[in-house]
Amino acid sequence: MKILRKLSEKVEPSFKDGPLKLFYPIYEMMDTLLFNTDKENDTAPFIRDSIDLKRVMTIVIFALLPAFFLGLFNIGYQQALAFGLERGLLANLWFGLKVMLPIVIVSYATGAVWEVLFAIVRKHEVDEGFLVTGLLIPMIVPPTIPLWQVVVATSFGMIIAKMVFGGTGMNIFNPALTTRAFLFFAYPGKISGDSVWSLAPDGFTGATPLAVTASVTGGNATALLDGVTQFDYSWSNMFIGLIPGSISETSALAIFIGAILLIITKIGSWRIMVGGVLGLLGTALLTNLLSGASTNTMLTLPPHYHLVMGGFMFGITFMATDPVTAAHTNTGRWIYGIMIGVITVVVRSLNPAYPEGTMLAILLMNAFAPLIDYFVVQANIKKRVARYAQ
Amino acid sequence: MLEHYLSLAVKAIFVENILLAYFLGMCSFLAISKKVETSIGLGLAVVFVLSITAPVNWLLHTYLLKEGALSWAGLPDLDLSYLNFIVFIATIAAMVQLVEMIMDRFAPALYLSLGIFLPLIAVNCAILGGSLFLVERNYNLAESVVFGFGSGIGFFLAITTMAAIRHRLRYSNVPPALRGLGITMLLTGLLSMTFMAFSGIDL
Repeated sequence: MKILRKLSEKVEPSFKDGPLKLFYPIYEMMDTLLFNTDKENDTAPFIRDSIDLKRVMTIVIFALLPAFFLGLFNIGYQQALAFGLERGLLANLWFGLKVMLPIVIVSYATGAVWEVLFAIVRKHEVDEGFLVTGLLIPMIVPPTIPLWQVVVATSFGMIIAKMVFGGTGMNIFNPALTTRAFLFFAYPGKISGDSVWSLAPDGFTGATPLAVTASVTGGNATALLDGVTQFDYSWSNMFIGLIPGSISETSALAIFIGAILLIITKIGSWRIMVGGVLGLLGTALLTNLLSGASTNTMLTLPPHYHLVMGGFMFGITFMATDPVTAAHTNTGRWIYGIMIGVITVVVRSLNPAYPEGTMLAILLMNAFAPLIDYFVVQANIKKRVARYAQ
Repeated sequence: MLEHYLSLAVKAIFVENILLAYFLGMCSFLAISKKVETSIGLGLAVVFVLSITAPVNWLLHTYLLKEGALSWAGLPDLDLSYLNFIVFIATIAAMVQLVEMIMDRFAPALYLSLGIFLPLIAVNCAILGGSLFLVERNYNLAESVVFGFGSGIGFFLAITTMAAIRHRLRYSNVPPALRGLGITMLLTGLLSMTFMAFSGIDL
């Protein structure tokens, strides 16, 4: 560490006003990544808390790790299943790592290029926001995603959803989800359908549980899922997450561990998470009650199945709670969370075009979050005016 | 029957949002979405104008302009549908005049802040578009009421959402070249992408 510190101090002048002035953001990024700042404020406020943006991001990364590793294992597990191989835990993890690592590297590299480029051109410091976004992107794509698509989509997400608004903390839409939405609409063949979810021989198809239930009309959802022999689509197995899907979205269990860490450290808003789950369960219950009037199989899917299928758990835990793009008021967070749950079920059940609705539900509520906040604040102002009017 | 109208309303508000799916009425959408209060005012004005003009234009079209519409007057061969545009615009202009007078009388502050964009509703493509859609899709009178009202609500929703987003954008550091209209255009694109969630819903 001392050697690094000395090196950093030695090169600082040349970056600060020497020949390398143009690249000061890069120096600043490396310096603050390695060392704590010794800057002090000259004027108030002087409050210092050890939890700054970097710590927040690090904790989110820690919260993502269980889902990340289960995702790795699941890549290997699904591949072994498709080829009919016998493989141990570590071998599966190793196989998954070999698939996942290139995606992670490509995503981080693309993000870093844009981040640094914008920092240099616009002369501000490099934000840490991409630490999380860069890891989220590989976790929400299928393992078979072509790397060039990751580059194109990450660039889109970074520039259009984030950098044009000024970078971390100033964006309206979640960059990782915008990246996925871009992939979803631009290259639907590689991110939806039945054959992209596991690394399998050509012609192999493995429908996700949501696709299984959405494809049949007039059936009973749980009976359909139990009838699948290719995968184990029982509730308990879907909870653990050894099913086909985007890399890290499958395991409700691993995501739940991350959610608890986020709630304990108060980094993720529990109001959004609880609101989202309540909205989802409530709407699913309602569709169950109405299912008699329609031949739509999705309507018969029980609420607790909705919870563990698709990307809802991952979305509500890590995407919806993004403090920047979510609602900023507590009442607003309840409304925001509940609406995500409601819209997820609505899109899943009523929109035949998409089997899964979490991504678009969260993006839609990202758009409505400022409006929700506006009305919550206005209502509060009215209340206070009424209170002090006497 | 009720279901049918409900489905039509949902379609007009979300699935085929007149602004975010058809990009009609962009000029006032871009210009007035700076403040939430003003955008609510304009949104309400559009809801009002659309839900009145749609059925009125439907009546005019069905009983005066459509091919054979004048058979009640003994002129079954007459086809006046080439007058559609001018008649529709005249109805819309008259309605906008009415809104203007009402607003000037009861909400002078809003009237002033809307400025030129209030009379310009008369040439707002969203409103003419609403009337033309209901001709094209052969709606009946009740359907055209629901459709006009739904399209208005869709416009209202889109413009207030955009205004609230732009309100939050005050804390953003948008590159100078993109400030104002540029970033609003980008946001409109992203917003209509999120509305894709509803595309394909058929109740």
